[in-house]
Amino acid sequence: MNGLLFLIPIALFLGFAGLAAFLWCLKNRQYDDLEGAAWRILDDDKAP
Amino acid sequence: MSCCDTSLATEAVESERQADRRVLDELIAQSRDLGNGAFATDFVVPDLRCAGCIRTIEDGLSGFPGIERARVNLSLKRAHVVWREGKTDPLSILRAIEGLGFSAHADRPGESGADPEGRRLLVALGVAGFAAMNIMLLSVSVWSGAEKETAQLFHLISGVIAIPAVFFAGQPFFRSAYKALSSWRLNMDVPISLAVLLALAMSFYETLAGGEEAYFDAAVSLLFFLLIGRTADHFMRERARGAVDQLRRLRPGTALVVDEAGEVTATPIEAIEPGMHLRVLPGEIVPVDGTIATGTADFDRSLVTGETEPVFLKEGARLEAGIVNLNGAVDIKALSDHSHSFTAEITKLIAAAEGSRSAYVRAADRMAAIYAPAVHCLAAAAFIIWFFATGGDWQTALYTAIAVLIVTCPCALGLAVPVVHVIAATRLFREGVMLKDGAALERMAETGHVVFDKTGTLTKGTMDVSRMSGNRALFSVAYAMASRSQHPASKAITAYLDTRVNGRADDEDRLEDFREVPGGGLETSIAGRRYRLGNPAFVREINPSLAGDFDGAVTLLAGEEGAPLVIERTESLRDDALDAVDRLRAMGFSLSILSGDAQTSVARVAHQLRISDYSGGKTPEDKVARIKALDKTQRPVLMIGDGLNDAAALASGHASMAPASASDIGRRTADFVFLRDNLTAIPFTHKIATAAARLVKQNFGLAIIYNCIAVPLAMLGYVTPLVAAIAMSASSLVVVTNSMRLNLVNADSRIVRNKRQSKSPVILPAPEAAE
Repeated sequence: MNGLLFLIPIALFLGFAGLAAFLWCLKNRQYDDLEGAAWRILDDDKAP
Repeated sequence: MSCCDTSLATEAVESERQADRRVLDELIAQSRDLGNGAFATDFVVPDLRCAGCIRTIEDGLSGFPGIERARVNLSLKRAHVVWREGKTDPLSILRAIEGLGFSAHADRPGESGADPEGRRLLVALGVAGFAAMNIMLLSVSVWSGAEKETAQLFHLISGVIAIPAVFFAGQPFFRSAYKALSSWRLNMDVPISLAVLLALAMSFYETLAGGEEAYFDAAVSLLFFLLIGRTADHFMRERARGAVDQLRRLRPGTALVVDEAGEVTATPIEAIEPGMHLRVLPGEIVPVDGTIATGTADFDRSLVTGETEPVFLKEGARLEAGIVNLNGAVDIKALSDHSHSFTAEITKLIAAAEGSRSAYVRAADRMAAIYAPAVHCLAAAAFIIWFFATGGDWQTALYTAIAVLIVTCPCALGLAVPVVHVIAATRLFREGVMLKDGAALERMAETGHVVFDKTGTLTKGTMDVSRMSGNRALFSVAYAMASRSQHPASKAITAYLDTRVNGRADDEDRLEDFREVPGGGLETSIAGRRYRLGNPAFVREINPSLAGDFDGAVTLLAGEEGAPLVIERTESLRDDALDAVDRLRAMGFSLSILSGDAQTSVARVAHQLRISDYSGGKTPEDKVARIKALDKTQRPVLMIGDGLNDAAALASGHASMAPASASDIGRRTADFVFLRDNLTAIPFTHKIATAAARLVKQNFGLAIIYNCIAVPLAMLGYVTPLVAAIAMSASSLVVVTNSMRLNLVNADSRIVRNKRQSKSPVILPAPEAAE
């Protein structure tokens, strides 16, 4: 029972963190161009 | 129009300058001011396709002076460019993109490509997913035997997560249910909303009262599953809409207005009033209805009337909005404003026709009309029976009723239709067919009669040269002359000669005094000798020795003396028209052709395709009336057409398809748009639609069988939250798996198509209409 006292908050926190990360990605327009993102990984990075 | 060289040249420069000016105005109008002299402009780049394109544009533009950053969005086919005022301007950026080898144009208002609805659905999906995972985590602990206090704590936490999550993520369902209820209808969202809300309220009450069972997990995971279906459905339609929008013609949102002093200004189309004088340059579309005030030109009216032959019009002639000026600048007097032009009239016809179609009830809603009352009655019955059987224990009774609502599986029913439609749309998309919405797929499966338009649908819509005979020494002259002109006939000549003349540009530089005579043809001189390319009467003016037995459908090229080169033009069928028509006939369709073109040319095409029911010279109103009549007396009509004149017919058919080459309005009206130029897309789409309809029926059948087992159990009170969760997931999985079978449907249209392609294309005799 004592374990639950911190396990549940941790589980909830992780869940919230996941949700927050998803909403943040959405807000930063990272889901706007899924097709482009799929192609971009084929590009080499520009030379430093 | 003036005919001497210098004024023609200055006129060309002048018209180019005006066109540039107009593009710049448009680009500036839709740029966003970011402050500090920085502006952001979105350019539509339709050719964006791959990683290479992203790189070429982003790298190419970032090195351009005055550009801060450039980012390409491949899904929306747009380039977002941030630039500094004073250092560059959007027109130069546009030219820079063109310099990199891409065509680009300005965004049009109302077409930004943003999708707030999709974003809302994604957020709702994220929230529902988060809540479902966490509640399931807690529920599993409860089911695996948590102690009473722990279980209660877990239920409380679940409730605290579930309530806001349901109110946030359930909105799409609640809104749709409310809309249906307020118009006294029932749709699938009514039982869903009711089940979710009741389960939530009851579980919360139970938790606070210290009860043992709570349905939080069922309520939230129900929403989560259904949101997946709904989001997939939404993105499928968005993708189709986007693909169709990209096909839009590069149409300016402005027209050139000539004021009394002769000054020309670019004015938004909306601001045009009757009586204004407008200039229409070669290659432009006539913006509003009008009459020609000065100048002459050939016009391509094929999108408006369905006639392929360009018509020559001079002062006083009436022009419909939407026809294309092929050569020679003209000034026109506007007869109507934008909203009263020919195009707008067609739009009204479409709206009227669509009204009748909106009466169509989707399969899911037809099902809901039977299903929802049945579920509600069962739940009510469960409540009443238990209420009296337990001697007034309303809590147990309500609990059983909720279990019935939850377990009757609105989940499988909610997924039964959208999953099939999404898979069907994906399969069609791969074959180059865009589906506008799921209801169209259902209507498509019901059609039994195909009505074709002729021009641009069964035929290619462009003129082809079928044969050149006579003086072959003139080939290279013909090529040189034709390649200087934008007229469709000239393009057909160059296309024909491309494959037959070597060293063909020989005469290109020797052309002198080249001019285009609207309504006649082309004239030039080479080494002091005059040549004319055009209709027989026009050529005969310089070479009277030509006998008069050439009919209107041939084009001649001749010098002042000597034998002419005789060019025969035809309207050719699409390569696979015969194949597609044969297949449709084999599938049991009856066929007819309705065209705006002359009866004789329609007859020829109909004869080639062995279609006995055809009629020509039809106005848009005629077409609508005929389709309505067919719909009533025979089987539901599938309309295939492309032109502005077909748009209303497309809207009044039970289902409709248009080729990608269709007019804007035709494409937007049609249920399906096929991108590749093959008519075999029609039987293919119909096959997929029938298969999809069959699968939807099977899914409903599965859901009903499942209900026959689950409902009695629920009514007897055997359904605990654990059983409900398992039953719900199992039924959804079965439905989704069954829908996947659509991918196995064999509807391959390619095998026969390739066989046909090896044959030479069917050539039709030319229509008789004179140039």
